[in-house]
Formats: sequence, structure tokens, C-alpha cells
Amino acid sequence: MMNRRGFLTVVGAGWLTPVGRLLAQQAEAEGSRGPARSIILLWLAGGPSQLETFDPHPDTSIAGGTRAIETAVKGIRLAEGFEQTAGEMGSIALVRSMVSKEGDHERGTYMLKTGHRPDPTVDFPSIGAVCCHELPVGAVDIPRHVSILTGQWPSRGGFLGSEFDAFQIGDPVGKPPDVAARVSSERDQRRTLDLDVVDRAFGRHRGASLDALPQRQATTAARAMMTSDQLKAFDVSQEPAAARAEYGDSPFGRGCLAARRLIEAGVRCVEVTLGGWDSHVNNHETHRRLVRALDPAFAALLRDLRRRDLLDHTVVLCCGEFGRTPRINPLGGRDHWPNGFSLAMAGGGIRGGFALGETDPEGLKDPTRPTTVEDVHATILTTLGLNPAKENVDSLTTRPLKLSDGKPIRELIG
Amino acid sequence: MRPRDVFFVGLIVGCGLMLGRGLFRSPPEHIPIETAERPAVVALVDAEFRRSWSERGIEPARRASDLTILRRLNLALVGKVPSLEETRRFEALPDDRRIGEWVEVLLGDRRSADYLAERFARAFVGVEEGPFLQFRRRRFASWLSDAILENRPYSTIVRELIARRGLWTDHPATNFVSVTFDPLVEYPDPERLAARVSRAFLGVRIDCAQCHDHPFQPWTRDDFQGLAAFFGGVRSNLRGITDGAVHYEPTDRRTKSPAAVEPRAPSNPELLPDEGTPRQRLADWIVDPRNPYFSKAVVNRVWALMFGRPLVEPIDDLTEVDDPPGALVILADDFATHGHDLRRLIRAIAATEVFRLDGDDARDHDESWAAFPMTRLRPEQVAGSIHQAASLETIGPESPWLVRLITQGENNEFVKRYGDAGEDEFSPQSGTIPQRLLLMNGELIQKATKEGALTSPGRIARFAPDDARAVELAYLAVLTRRPTPEETAHFAARLEGTQGDARAKRVADLFWTLFNAVEFSWNH
Repeated sequence: MMNRRGFLTVVGAGWLTPVGRLLAQQAEAEGSRGPARSIILLWLAGGPSQLETFDPHPDTSIAGGTRAIETAVKGIRLAEGFEQTAGEMGSIALVRSMVSKEGDHERGTYMLKTGHRPDPTVDFPSIGAVCCHELPVGAVDIPRHVSILTGQWPSRGGFLGSEFDAFQIGDPVGKPPDVAARVSSERDQRRTLDLDVVDRAFGRHRGASLDALPQRQATTAARAMMTSDQLKAFDVSQEPAAARAEYGDSPFGRGCLAARRLIEAGVRCVEVTLGGWDSHVNNHETHRRLVRALDPAFAALLRDLRRRDLLDHTVVLCCGEFGRTPRINPLGGRDHWPNGFSLAMAGGGIRGGFALGETDPEGLKDPTRPTTVEDVHATILTTLGLNPAKENVDSLTTRPLKLSDGKPIRELIG
Repeated sequence: MRPRDVFFVGLIVGCGLMLGRGLFRSPPEHIPIETAERPAVVALVDAEFRRSWSERGIEPARRASDLTILRRLNLALVGKVPSLEETRRFEALPDDRRIGEWVEVLLGDRRSADYLAERFARAFVGVEEGPFLQFRRRRFASWLSDAILENRPYSTIVRELIARRGLWTDHPATNFVSVTFDPLVEYPDPERLAARVSRAFLGVRIDCAQCHDHPFQPWTRDDFQGLAAFFGGVRSNLRGITDGAVHYEPTDRRTKSPAAVEPRAPSNPELLPDEGTPRQRLADWIVDPRNPYFSKAVVNRVWALMFGRPLVEPIDDLTEVDDPPGALVILADDFATHGHDLRRLIRAIAATEVFRLDGDDARDHDESWAAFPMTRLRPEQVAGSIHQAASLETIGPESPWLVRLITQGENNEFVKRYGDAGEDEFSPQSGTIPQRLLLMNGELIQKATKEGALTSPGRIARFAPDDARAVELAYLAVLTRRPTPEETAHFAARLEGTQGDARAKRVADLFWTLFNAVEFSWNH
């Protein structure tokens, strides 16, 4: 078993180190990796209805009046409200036959974010953490895993360690939290220098040098971040008004815009949360309201990434923890439904203009071509140039664990 | 004046009075406290470690200072560093008995029962929110706290958790079962219960056997299903948790169709009674003093609470080691043969030589225990310690409710940002950059390092008799130690000749530095 010292030395591994930066720059310049190098997860917390989003069944009893619109791709229709996204359909792949065994919010969230079923003996990392762990460090001195408008269960580092947890921020206007000292810089510098006096006394007592003490590296890296120019990537107020308007004037829209800025700065994974989809009551009204924020932001993100030649290097995944029942309950709501829900993917070499699997228009039969969450994760890992079967060792139990137990979906990566 | 105004005036006056309680008064007079005799088991544990050190040619670290041990005790039993007030009381106790007496003080303290209850609750019901209608986490934790404060035998507590019937609101122990309520099938999940029972009470991660037989595990998939079957009759209805006919039919591996499984103990079948409901029989089997797993599992957990690291890792899997450490066996035997007495166990661990060793980098190895291990504090411990250090007086059940409420709210926010360790309380974790940012620039730290007249820095700046004493008070409040001569010289020079607000700012900066020093965020 790895000893405690071993763990301490990995402090900051998820962050910038000079050598790591050099290696990363080399690796990226050589283009030795697969095409994608970043992930953006648009997280629809609460579980959106497939019928009111990516898998409408208009004019059926299960639709409850929801209509469908044509998209840029003949034969693929989206629910009304997705007019802008419909225009980007050529870049988007839909999976309409997602199946999972998790119908509880927390367990479903874990399942979708990690690609593994909850298991009390292992704490799996979310895909963003895996991405940060497996891919080169890159030339960044801001966190490489970011969660914007963080919901209840943010993406975590799991057994890879808490240094791979997503860095959480709210509405991305201005600086991220806690990066600015709350006193004058003169005072701040003096009290920071004084740290050495206290740490040296502690180290001497333990027979340890300053460098051997834990946490000091993290302090140094945190101070580097406090003065980094890249902090600007968090701040969408630096974008022209037109760009902000394109994404829609909502916290989620600003989150998506910040995600693009962060990816551009070299961040590996950004999750942007749009919550409130848990429509046990008033399903249609709830979805209309949320789609108004989702549609412009999703479409603008894809357009913007494409304009900047980032779309081929960025996988965009848009989903929640499960779908909702075809049957509408007496309160006009839909309940949890993990058996035949939808997700959307784009970029990173994913085949666009394509819809995989079909659900029953009457909501009775199982979907055709059922697709597991594991397979979606294996697909994303593959687009990132990673082998899903690669094993990492859980340091606590020393169990070797595959990145994903799924198989890449051939139809999506050609 | 409206009633609300009267209330607020009263509140402000109350807070003022509380803050004004004599910080700079002389230590209270010593009232002797009954301390239990040093249990004989302590000598056995000490001898066991001594033997293992001499076998390996290791010289253990020297003894830690009393203040260092005080800090460890408060972190382990109350979850935060001692207040300046507590440190004063501790130092006023007679030299030779102060640690033993302090353990008794803390064991009788509601703060300690609450803290330990929260630690145990994590192992028993996890940190998930659980099903909204069927689960009352706070009731569960306060029931557990009462049980710990009364020193109810651990076996009695566990028996209630496993076998209790009734509503989760009236009989909070039933939350152990109801938290696994599965809304899809509308009854508590036997497999999650089996997994929880084996990890929390037996120290066996049998869950892997849920899907397949683990080559290195002594227990198989059949054992797991036999254990789950004890919960196959549990139902949840308007009367709460009840027992019905056992109905547990997992899918058979060979035939791929459901097959009924009967309750069966995974080991030592002779300890399983014939009488009672399946849950009662399972509870009896688990807490039987002859059960080879039960006592070891709790000793490993309590050891981890005291040291920040279990004797065997991971904390809930003792089956990974062929040969359990001698100390674990000795303490488990004592626990089993003395009525499963948690206080006796805590007292014994606190009295061991190992608990009182100094921290020492060269000797801080995982298995030898030749020095007190250095471990990262839990987020709640960091938040609680910041609050405590900022107040000088002890924050606890006697504090005004508003102070406690604010403390609670701010702590929760801090814990969320710092990163909750979840159920894996004792897994090794390195520090992260968001944590350092939070400790340098976060709101909680900003409040704790204000220079106002009512804050610790403000009061120390104004009332400490001289620069060196001001530095000493800050060190005692935050780090529970006195500064070295070099430190005193350095920081006294920072304060020299300052007055009023400027002086308060310098003391506030000293507090900030101490909060951000390595030793503040670690147990050592």
C-alpha cells in the first residue's frame, strides 16, 4: 500500500508544475493525443423529460400536447423550444435509448457523472477528474476541473484524490471566490512571509525541513493562482455584449460562455449546471421555462467552439441523471424514468446529425438499441484518446479499476 | 417597543455579557474530578508496542507536551481545538493527573457526545440525505448523542439499530433501516443493509461479494446473500419499520432466475440464537462477545477517531490483514469482556503511551506507531477550530442559541467549500488549492481575523499586558502551544510600539498567519 508520504507528494498534481507544463506543451504541440482534449458537461440537474427535449413523440397520448420542430438534419426532430439547437443538429448526436438502473437523484447523478454504479466499496472519480488525471497538465495555473453554478452533487475526484475535485464557482461574473486577499497587499505579503517563521518552528520540532511539510506546495500554488492572468477566463464580463447576448442573458448562458473561455485557457473539464428539471408537478411549464435558458446557450456554445476551431477538440455532453415517465401523473408532472431517456453529445469527433435508438411512442415497450451509461463514458474516453480498459489502482483498497466498464459506441465515433 | 425589539436588545446585551466573561481572570480553583483507574489493558497495549519496536530496532519518539495532548483530545472528542478558557482550566489541573481528568471532563460534555454521534452516524447511515419521508437524520444523530452521553453499551446501541421496530420519528434507531428504503419496491433494501451491517459492525467489506466471489475475501456471495436475507422480512408502512415474512429472492447466478435465500450467519453459526425475529437473531449474533469481528471493528474505528488513522486500513475492512495488530486484539478482548463500554475504550486509548508520543517525521511510519501520526483535519474540525479560536471562550451548548446557530450555518458553508470527506472519513487526503484559498481569503477566516473590539485579536491587542504576552495568547488560542523564543521575538517585534487599531490589525495578521500555518490544519 502506498504510504501517506506518497499521497502528500501528489499535492498539486492536478495543477501546474513547471515540468508538467513543459511536457504538456510538447505533447499538445506534437498532436500525439486523440483529437479531443477537453470536456464540457451541461448538467441538467433533476432529470429532464426526454419527451420535452430530445425525443418528442408529438400527437401521441404520452406527449401531453408537446409539439416537435424540424432540425437542420432531415428526419431528426426536437421538442418545440429548441429552435436554435435545431440549427446545430448537424454537429449533435442524440442517444434516445439511454438505460440505467438508478432512479434516485443522488445515485443517478453519481452514475452519469462517473459512469459507474454507486458502490460502497469504491469512490469512483467523475469523468472530468479522470480526464485531468489522464491527460497532460497543460499550460494553466488555474484549476483544470471547474464546476459552474454547482448543484448538490458536484463532480469529485473520488479515489484519485480530492485535488481532482471540481473547483466550484457561481455565476461567472467577476473573479472566482477567495482568490483575492481581503487586506492590503502590503499586509497580505507580510503575513504570508510570516508563515515561514511558524512553519519552520513546527518543522524543527518534528525534525522536518520546510519542504517536507505537507500543504506548503498547495499554498504556493494557490498564491500563484491569486495573481494569475488566467483568472480572467472566469469572468464573462470581459466578453463583448453581443457574445453575451448570443448565449442568452441567464446564469446558465453566462456559465456556458465561461466554459468556452476556460477551455480556451486550457482547462480540461467544465461542468455547467442548470437545475430544476425535477418536474413531478407541472412538467410542461417547468420545461418551457428551463428550455428558454438551455436552447440559446447550448446552440451558442457549439457555434462559438466551431468558430474558434475548438469543437473538434472539445466533447460537449448535455444530460441529466435520468429521464421522466411517459405517463403524465395527476398533477401534470412526470416522475423518474431511467429506462429510455435521452442525452446529446457534440464535438470531439463525435458523429453529428445522428440519433441512436428509439423509444416506444406509447411509452410501453423498452427502447430499441438500449445504451448504457457505461458505454457513453467509454465513448467519451475514446474520443479523448484514452483506452476505457486502462486500469487505475484505488490507493485505499489497492484494487485495479478500469476507467470504464463500457464499450465505445461504434455508431458515434465512426 | 415591539416584542421583537425587546428580544434583540436582550440578545445583544446577552452576547455582550457572554463576551465579557473574564478572559483575563486567574484560572479557576481546582475541583478534583473522579478519574477511573488506569485500566490494566493499557499496560498490555504499551508492552505490545514496546515489544514490536524493540523487535524492529525502533526507538519511539519522546513524550509529547501536555498541551499537545490536550489539543489531540479536544480534536478527537469535541472536534475542535480547545478554547483559551479550556486551556487555562486544563493547566490549572494537577500535573500528574490532568490528562486523565481532562478525558473525564470531555466524556461528560454534551459537545463530545454530539461530535462522536455525528462520527458514528456517518458509519451507520452514511452522509446521503436518504429518502425524504422515511428518514430523519437529525433525530437519529441526537438519539445517538443521548446514548453516548449515557454511556449506553455499544452492543445495546447496535442491537437497537438492527432490530428496532416502529416509526423513524418516535424510535430514531429505526432510521438505520429506513435510510435504505427503496422507493421503487417500497421497502428497505436488504442488500444495502447487509453491506452496511458488515462494514459498520463487522469490519468486513462484504459488498464486493454482492456481484462475485472475491479471491482474497473470506466471505462469499452466498455469505452476503445469507446476511441480506435477515432483512428479507423488513417492511416499512404507516407503523414504521416492521417485520413480516422473510421474502428475499435474489437472482441465482447459474439459473438466472430468482431463488429464495434463507438467513444464514456468514461465520460462527453456533452463536446464532433460534429465538426471535430474523433481525433480533442477527443482532444477537453480531454483538455476542464471542463474535470475532464485532469488537475489533469498533476498536479500529475508535482508534481512528483518536489518532486520525485506524490501526488497520481501510477502516471498515479488517479482513485484508492476515495477522491483526496486537493492540487491536488486546483492546477488542477488553471491550468484549467489559460490557462493550465505549468510555472505557476511549479512556484506555487516551492512556496509552502511543497516544502521548510526540510527532516526529523520521518515525512517522504507517505501521510502527513509534510517533503520533500526522493527519489532515476533517473540514468540520478546521471550521470548528477557526470558530473556537476566534472566540476565546468555549462555544458549546451554553452559548446563546444565536451564536450556535451562526456557528452551525457558517461551518456548514465552510465544510461544503472545503470538501466534505463523506463516509470515507479516514482515507488519506492531501491538501487542495481551493482549501488553501478558503483558509487564506475565505469569509470565515475574514471574520475570525477582524480587529474589532469584540474579536479575539481585538481583545488580545487591547488587554494583553505586553507584546510578548499578546503573541503567547494568540498562539495558545489558535495552535494550543506557546511560541518558541524565536517566534516570540519575531512577532513581538511586529507589535512593538503599535497602539489602538494599528496594533489590533497586527494581532489580526498574526491570527491569520497562525490559521494558515501547516500545524493548524493537521492533527499531530
